[in-house]
Amino acid sequence: MTDHASKQYDLDLGSIRARVLQMGGLVESQIRRAIDALGSGDIALIDQVIADDHRVNGMEVALDGDCSQLIVKRQPAASDLRMIFAIAKTVTDLERIGDEAQKMARMAKSIHQRGAAQAPPTVDVRHAAELAISMLRRALDAFARLDCDSAAQVIRDDAGIDSEFRAILRQLITYMMEDPRTITTALEIVWIAKAIERIGDHAKNMCEYVIYIVKGTDVRHTRL
Amino acid sequence: MVNDLPATQLAAKAEVSALSFYYGDFQALKHISMPVHERKVTALIGPSGCGKSTFLRCFNRMHDLYPGNRYDGRIVLQPDNTDLLSRDVDPIEVRMRIGMVFQKPNPFPKSIFENVAYGLRVRGEGSRRALEEKVEQALEDAALLDEVKDRLHQPAYNLSGGQQQRLCIARALATDPELLLFDEPTSALDPIATAAIEELIHDLKERVTILIVTHNMQQAARVSDFTAYMYLGELIEFGVTDELFIKPQMKQTEDYITGRFG
Repeated sequence: MTDHASKQYDLDLGSIRARVLQMGGLVESQIRRAIDALGSGDIALIDQVIADDHRVNGMEVALDGDCSQLIVKRQPAASDLRMIFAIAKTVTDLERIGDEAQKMARMAKSIHQRGAAQAPPTVDVRHAAELAISMLRRALDAFARLDCDSAAQVIRDDAGIDSEFRAILRQLITYMMEDPRTITTALEIVWIAKAIERIGDHAKNMCEYVIYIVKGTDVRHTRL
Repeated sequence: MVNDLPATQLAAKAEVSALSFYYGDFQALKHISMPVHERKVTALIGPSGCGKSTFLRCFNRMHDLYPGNRYDGRIVLQPDNTDLLSRDVDPIEVRMRIGMVFQKPNPFPKSIFENVAYGLRVRGEGSRRALEEKVEQALEDAALLDEVKDRLHQPAYNLSGGQQQRLCIARALATDPELLLFDEPTSALDPIATAAIEELIHDLKERVTILIVTHNMQQAARVSDFTAYMYLGELIEFGVTDELFIKPQMKQTEDYITGRFG
């Protein structure tokens, strides 16, 4: 796309977009560390994930402020307007993903502090988390490249995480029925699985905004 | 390009077809075709020199005043199917039906009352009482009456810029026009006076069709139902305002409204 007549406008918009990707990177590492810590029981790492959520929150607030500033100064129209509108929504989804990562870390802490002896295996959760991380990464790539085709693929892939979640749930129910001592931990793992499933939903939302930026069509609540 | 328009029935107040206009050898408008929908506001946007004011002035035959100017094509006014550009049509009669408001308020050096009564007198309205009624109504319609009713016979120049512009609108309304042309009507006004004129445009479209040239794209987005983007004498895109500013069909329109016009 050609440049604006105002160089400063290009710089402001470019800086906002770059920081969305930066925020995305931070959020991705939060999920990654939370799921690693769930496997390893590294309490220091878990505490770090919980503490770092404020950085995600800070980026949300700063980016919202920058979007407001850009709107008031530039009155963006057409693709610029769609971009800013989409960024403001993307930032909300990223912040929520950050909350989900923090939630996963809290659950991991609780599981490991109780002692891992009664814990059911967490293999399936890890696989689902890898799917979610891949969706998030591809959503951020689609945003960076304004690539509608990859965005549409991520939206379709969300069904995969949803079915993973249902499979985990069934598996955990079996554990709980066989050995009621696992119930507390199993429920915490359900929360973790739910958080992962929600991360997939947020990545899907972000991809819907990418399609809105590029094509101007709102594909939310529709079937692609 | 004329975008797909909503399926709801839109009556045409005027239909522009294959309109070209020449200032001597210079072709200022190139083969423009577009509808002007009845009791809707149509905004004309585009960079300086794109021909939007030239286009607007074709509607009331302003260009007739200068030799060497030439029209091609047609502007057919409804309901009587009159081609405004036809040589058989009297420009004075056209201007009774099509009022115009300019960028700078241009009241006559007369009283407030006489400014509004002027067109009516030209038309031959002799009755004092009818004049008073019509002047009062026009001032009321232009949202100015309350501010001036105690000083109708004072000079119009005593009014503020915003009031003078509303006086010009009242003067245009007095002859009961079917179409009103606004050529950047608020570019010389402050934000409050601008808001008053925009509010007025919104109210006026209940009964009169409006064509407005504006450099302010937010204004076009606020006041108009349809927008035409012109560039170098050509109509690039014509469409529903709500869509054109969010999702224009043409790259040239996109570049202009996003400030990428270099």
